[in-house]
Amino acid sequence: MSSNRSCGITAHSLMLALLAVAAACEMPGTGVASESEPTRTLTQALSGYEFQAEDTQALQDDPFANPGMLWVDQGQELWRDAGSADEPSCSSCHGESGDSMRGVAARYPAYDAETQSLLNIEGRINHCREKHQQQSPYAYESAELLALSAFVAHQSRGMPIDVFIDGPARTFFDSGQSYFYERRGQMNLACHHCHERNVGRMLRGDRLSQGQPTGYPAYRLEWQTLGSLHRRLRFCNVGVRAEPFSAGAPEYVNLELFLTWRARGLKVDAPAVRR
Amino acid sequence: MLKARISAPARARPGEIISIKTLISHPMETGNRRNSLGARIPRNILTEFVCLYNGRQAFRAELHPAIAANPFLAFHLRADASGTLEFRWTDQDGEVTTETRDLVVEP
Amino acid sequence: MITRRDWLTGAAAITGYSLLPMPLSATPADMQKAMRQAFGDSPISTGRVALTLPALAENGNSVRLSVAVDSPMTEKDHVEFIQLFAEANPLPDIARFELVALSGRAEIETRIRLAAEQRVVAVAGMNDGSLWSGSASIVVTIAACLEGLI
Repeated sequence: MSSNRSCGITAHSLMLALLAVAAACEMPGTGVASESEPTRTLTQALSGYEFQAEDTQALQDDPFANPGMLWVDQGQELWRDAGSADEPSCSSCHGESGDSMRGVAARYPAYDAETQSLLNIEGRINHCREKHQQQSPYAYESAELLALSAFVAHQSRGMPIDVFIDGPARTFFDSGQSYFYERRGQMNLACHHCHERNVGRMLRGDRLSQGQPTGYPAYRLEWQTLGSLHRRLRFCNVGVRAEPFSAGAPEYVNLELFLTWRARGLKVDAPAVRR
Repeated sequence: MLKARISAPARARPGEIISIKTLISHPMETGNRRNSLGARIPRNILTEFVCLYNGRQAFRAELHPAIAANPFLAFHLRADASGTLEFRWTDQDGEVTTETRDLVVEP
Repeated sequence: MITRRDWLTGAAAITGYSLLPMPLSATPADMQKAMRQAFGDSPISTGRVALTLPALAENGNSVRLSVAVDSPMTEKDHVEFIQLFAEANPLPDIARFELVALSGRAEIETRIRLAAEQRVVAVAGMNDGSLWSGSASIVVTIAACLEGLI
């Protein structure tokens, strides 16, 4: 119902609205990656939940109305399913209980010494799948990967976010932080301009949030389905007329680490419902 | 196979009015949307939901494309006997998804 | 056959710019027609039906709707159906709910799609054949960042 309707007038007036934001942000971005302890620009972190209408919050809070819970259920089935008789299922190593992964999503993305890379939950699931199950990785936005990551993330619901950015993770963090403050696209806007300098102000029908990642994978009413944080980031890039990366790209995983560090102390609320 | 989520009490007192909530995974594609190549995405919707209580129809819904994706329905029942609640969703091609829940009714 | 309208919306999907708000859109007259088709010329009284929508929806893809009909829900006196109509959706029909005395309480909640600011009408049919209606109006906002832009 939405895709045709959403363009046209919208594309034009969105551009005007974003240009207004750009005009209000003449100061250059402030965050510069450095070796010293990073500081958070925001004085108080607020979950995306706080920026939703009451009805949307109520939808998230009711496990029998929140459509994201359908993916959690599906994820639990996949968790127990080995795919082939010779290979272990996720539950063979990590248990069936549905809470054995409690707290994990609150600590991701995390540096993986074995691959010397930064992995988010989706990356970790796919890594396990290749290494221990001898299966090909799931496509990034596939129903299966969304379901499994929702199942894992849901177990950390209510737990405070706390990621490690020291040691080998620091390079990835610095690169994510730089990305957040760099202007890009035809609008010449950084993430920082909307999600720190103009938080709470209206951008057409939307109140600008802080861009906190606490609820992903999240069910967006706009999408009418569950989607990953990277899908949302792509969509931000397109909004400022910048070339998006593909979902799962290292640039987005780095940004995810910065965003998650920036959200430290906030509680995981996946699968969230957002407009 | 569609995934359904049902909230229904396992026990009730005779005459008690119980609340039931149902949620099911389905895109409820309207038939009005187009993909990125401009081709119309065909309509694909659930057209009917029925709740049977010990075989008797207790609630039925006819659904149109204006029902949101992943349909949610909440309704009530008067508990009068122990038995089975059967929930049945049917799509436009006649494909049926069924779930059941037991209900114990005692004072 | 490709109509001008089809061509325009197709072209819009390709270019990312839509010239028409919707491929189809009902009008209040279409809703009246749908209601006449459902109920013929039977009189519909106002009352006994409480339809609740938020005054403003953040996104028209999923709007909470609840409807409650004032009825004892006994064998002698109960609601047989509740039918929902939209004034400005592509199609006026939203849903039809069938109830029996066993339903216990004529109160239903669901989530619906609304294409634009409009009025939604609920008509309840009682077992004595009488029809009652209630309605609610809603403003649907358009979000700033829509993925249709991609």
